[in-house]
Amino acid sequence: MNDLLNLLRRDARRSAGELAAQLSLNEADVEAQIAEWEKDGTIRGYQAMIDPALEEGDDVTAFIEVRMTPERGGGFDRVARRIAHFDQVTSCYLSSGGFDLLVVVKGRDLLSVAAFVSEKLSTIEGVISTATHFRLKSYKENGFLFGDDGDVERLPVSP
Amino acid sequence: MDLNSKLASHLQTIPRSGIRDFFELVIGRDDVISLGVGEPDFVTPWPIREAAMRSLDRGETSYTSNLGLLSLREKISEYVETFFHVPYRGSDEVLITVGVSEALDLALRALVNPGDEVVYHEPCYVSYSPSIVMSHGVAVAVATKKEDGFSLKPEALAAVITSRTKIVMLNFPTNPTGAVASREDLEGIARLCIEHDLIVISDEIYSELRYDEEEHLSIAALPGMRERTILLHGFSKAFAMTGFRLGYACAPTVLIEAMMKIHQYGILCAPITSQAAALEALTGGEDLYLSMKESYHQRRDFLVGRFNEMGIDCHCPGGAFYVFPDISKFGLSSKDFAMGLLESEQVAAVPGDAFGESGEGFLRCCYATGMDDLKSAMDSIERYIGTL
Repeated sequence: MNDLLNLLRRDARRSAGELAAQLSLNEADVEAQIAEWEKDGTIRGYQAMIDPALEEGDDVTAFIEVRMTPERGGGFDRVARRIAHFDQVTSCYLSSGGFDLLVVVKGRDLLSVAAFVSEKLSTIEGVISTATHFRLKSYKENGFLFGDDGDVERLPVSP
Repeated sequence: MDLNSKLASHLQTIPRSGIRDFFELVIGRDDVISLGVGEPDFVTPWPIREAAMRSLDRGETSYTSNLGLLSLREKISEYVETFFHVPYRGSDEVLITVGVSEALDLALRALVNPGDEVVYHEPCYVSYSPSIVMSHGVAVAVATKKEDGFSLKPEALAAVITSRTKIVMLNFPTNPTGAVASREDLEGIARLCIEHDLIVISDEIYSELRYDEEEHLSIAALPGMRERTILLHGFSKAFAMTGFRLGYACAPTVLIEAMMKIHQYGILCAPITSQAAALEALTGGEDLYLSMKESYHQRRDFLVGRFNEMGIDCHCPGGAFYVFPDISKFGLSSKDFAMGLLESEQVAAVPGDAFGESGEGFLRCCYATGMDDLKSAMDSIERYIGTL
């Protein structure tokens, strides 16, 4: 079933029929498996991969390194979840190394991200410090390359 | 001046390539979905491309040894021993060539005296018969059958062996049928080759692209065969490196020496950038092509399923990236069927007779094409046969 998840990861819009044909499975089984994954939370949702350079509007994205004090009993979990709940936070990872949490924040503009960091994030109890890095350009996201030259021409007929 | 009369006479006996005729009909049309290609739809994996660039960055722009870079030959020797279970010395039993096509030509030219018979199984890659004729040999085709999964049956081979037979050419998995040969068939062929003291040229370019449980078996790995086999392989198909033009031959020293004699004057050496890329391909190995192989496998199952569902008998090929459906029941020649399909549905597939007479009644459809195109092409073919 990992093959099915891998196909969905690459392109979640394929119909159950096509997926079944590709994997030599029964269409009804594929449908049932996907429904089960949606139900048990293995599949959390489906998204479009959008090239930010071609998207209208000029949202800004920031990668914020957060250092925190672990809590007795819960470690970083409670504070990390609290941070992750904000709508502005698009991704949030506990990480090893020089900081504890990597938080990806999306905002309308620089000011709104700055306001989020200074008013919301850094005031949370347990947060020691933050370092904010603004995204300048995207080259790749979730396996999709951006700004490539597109398909390479092949001869239409070859031996 | 009649330039035609100046051309070498054996060249004039070689007909125009059927692939070329078809190519000219399709070229320049951007409304066509093509199942007519003979190469992967994937770009060469990034680590390989990166290695080629790194080699250029380092200023590696010179000739290499005629045989090819020793480091690459040693890597090939290691790979072939692991994958094909046949040991060859990198120092003098491996020759790096410009694609398997060059290696095949070298092998024939190194061995064939005028009038020697060279047996090959058909339908087959388009260059086999012309290459034999260009080396002044006599091309002897053995037709393979759909019922046998297009494998070469020892009985069929035995029937064409004469006192003039010198070489048997094999290509499993096969372009254009995707056929694979069973151990039993290969053992039968090997017995005949030993009995009649024949040389085998085995083109195994598709050997990594096998989709069933069975492991690829090279005839060179069978008892008594290494000494009489020229094993040809390359990087084009599994590693999606067609444009790098890199292949190799593995054989006993005497044969490699003879092939090298021709190669050194005609080619000198394979391009060094491609050799650097190939070294990276073998270092990365299976990890670099597994995801492509997985895609081909899924597409094969999809295509074979769709053809059989719409009532076109399509044998399920064990390897390569072609299916070879039987379209004879529609009463059209392969060419007319393919032309009609191109005109009415803008789908290009190569008429089976381009791969030899025994390909008549079939169509070669390559599935090294994206799933969306394959799906529309199958819908188109279903519509088209509804009009016949």
